[in-house]
Amino acid sequence: MARMISYREAINEALALEMRRDPSVIVMGEDNAGGASAGSPGEEDAWGGVLGVTKGLYGEFPDRVLDTPISESAFIGAAVGAATAGLRPVAELMFIDFMGVCFDQIFNQAAKFRYMFGGKAVTPVVIRTMYGAGLRAAAQHSQVLYPLFTHIPGLKVVVPSNPYEAKGLLIQAIRDDDPVIFCEHKALYDMQGDVPEGAYVIPFGEANVVRDGDDVTIVALGRMVSYASEAAEELAGTGVDAEIIDPRTTSPLDTETIIESVERTGRLVVVDESNPRCSVARDISAIVAEEAFGALKAPIQVVTAPHTPVPFSDVLEDLYIPSTQDIVNAVKTATDWKR
Amino acid sequence: MSDITNVVMPKWGLSMTTGRVTEWLVEEGEEVSAGDDLLEIDTDKIAGALESPAGGVLRRQIAELDEPVPVGATIALLAPAEVPEEEIDQAAKAAREQLEAGAVEESAGPEIGKVTVDGREIAYARMGSEGEHIVLVHGYGGDKNSWLFVQEPLSSSYLVDAIDLPGHGESTKDVGDGSLDVLAQAVTGYLAERGIERAHLVGHSLGGAVAIAAAAAAPAQVASLTLIAPAGVGPDINADYLRGFAQAQSRRELQPHLTALFADPSLATRQLADDLMKYKRLDGVDASLNALLATLLDGDRAGIEVAPLLSSTRVPVRVVWGEADAVVPISNAEGLADRADVTRVPDAGHMAHMEQPSAVVRAVTSAVEATPAQQPA
Repeated sequence: MARMISYREAINEALALEMRRDPSVIVMGEDNAGGASAGSPGEEDAWGGVLGVTKGLYGEFPDRVLDTPISESAFIGAAVGAATAGLRPVAELMFIDFMGVCFDQIFNQAAKFRYMFGGKAVTPVVIRTMYGAGLRAAAQHSQVLYPLFTHIPGLKVVVPSNPYEAKGLLIQAIRDDDPVIFCEHKALYDMQGDVPEGAYVIPFGEANVVRDGDDVTIVALGRMVSYASEAAEELAGTGVDAEIIDPRTTSPLDTETIIESVERTGRLVVVDESNPRCSVARDISAIVAEEAFGALKAPIQVVTAPHTPVPFSDVLEDLYIPSTQDIVNAVKTATDWKR
Repeated sequence: MSDITNVVMPKWGLSMTTGRVTEWLVEEGEEVSAGDDLLEIDTDKIAGALESPAGGVLRRQIAELDEPVPVGATIALLAPAEVPEEEIDQAAKAAREQLEAGAVEESAGPEIGKVTVDGREIAYARMGSEGEHIVLVHGYGGDKNSWLFVQEPLSSSYLVDAIDLPGHGESTKDVGDGSLDVLAQAVTGYLAERGIERAHLVGHSLGGAVAIAAAAAAPAQVASLTLIAPAGVGPDINADYLRGFAQAQSRRELQPHLTALFADPSLATRQLADDLMKYKRLDGVDASLNALLATLLDGDRAGIEVAPLLSSTRVPVRVVWGEADAVVPISNAEGLADRADVTRVPDAGHMAHMEQPSAVVRAVTSAVEATPAQQPA
């Protein structure tokens, strides 16, 4: 009990446990082993990916941790193909912003095989990728693009919010027979949490009710879950009792838990770091408006980034990311609303 | 100063770092005996009453209501009436300053570790430093942390180990054929591995049946038995609860079953359900819970029968049973009367050791004290 490790270590541990358990699991990506200079196993696997998530795996599994060229369209295609041929590849696509060059492999190939071959083909590939603003990495390395993948039937999309969730959801992703886009927020890698040592799975499509409350439902995704928790603590001081729901996966989405909660609280605030148009926030907002309209005591509030690219200026980037105060304000708008 | 007893925030479970006083049950100036409930404490896991560590007058309430207090920090002062006010004021000031500075030495906490028995790792948490050995054995789906209210008070007089049975907590999840023998051998093997010649066993529910089987199989190793709502001494068992617990795949499915565990259903907290789901999601737990379920149930009746084993033992036996037990009902206690001293506890369900821990502590103490001293070999 109470073994604290980081989000980064939790992901690394999930990979190591699954590689030990199942020889068909392989890891591939840019500098996952050690880059072009990698020599003998265990000695030069210094990088373990650009932020060190796969560090140490090359030493233990020298034949199953593969460095790839800087060609996402090639190695994501290779991973998808290997999955159809019996392996369980975990491909690391460094920044989610680079996904554009390999959309065909993901959207039109991996997502479709199960359906086009009458259920006879499976594609157990995991694409791990970093998303999110806050690292001063500007417009081309900071986007929150999980809504794009959520839109495509046949893909499963995972947005873990803390170390415990990251480990259990990644193990589920690796064991899952469908293609999974596993979205890791770069600002969470150093987050510490209580994580069991052994392997465990968190099922997809089952939201986590992070906090019970009766006055307002806050649905928050990824990094925004801890922001919502901070906001809820602040709101508790003013007599507003917020329920917080972390959907864990945007596809499949546990709408049942969200609707059940809104039917009790009558108010919904959705917090999503992505741009607002066609976002998961707007999707959840629409679902609740369709299915629980009668329960709403106030208009649904959505807290997102603005509809702009992520700014390069530090000051503007900080303003761009939804803040705890933004969440508190949205909740107050909902609770103060009068017809 | 030496006549003043500092009542400190207890450590109820491995992960507890702070607690809050939610209600004073004794006012300043009132006289108390050791074991009286002094105040209610809420942790992030569970709420419970803290018993007085000594007799005397409650001279000061140090902690404010709802103030977070670190484990080990002083929350109240007890002293005989004749200790002068100035001394109490001084001690209160020191305690308050320490609390405000947050300068509390982290209490050592339990010693935790694992030993290997029959190829399986068995996890344990040990509290106390001397006295007779006591080993606490949890029930189906439980773990060593379920003894949080019992292990600490017992550890002031005894050396108390709480263990995780195979399939549970941090022990190896494989339970072999899931038979009682596998579990009983894990307990006796644990004693041997730790060099404990003879121990007093305390078992709850399935752990009660395990303790009985261990005592029957290895009479020289077991000094006494304290059984809390033991499974298998009679035929009645709540099969729906057991199946529901084994099958639940989410917190939403699990939570309704958990209210069956307590007389006070509000104790079936979401934290408890979350912790249990974290356990149920571990690899191998599904298989072990199902294997043990096949042992525990024969249709809708108890699938094990340990009353004959209990009759074959010669050690002191104490039984504690919550009158509101909805999992292994107290009706099973009939027929035990000539073999054991049965304490019926009002206001407790199946988890008597969580709802009325003082009754369990008294029963264990009584069993230990009733045990004849070990003959020198």
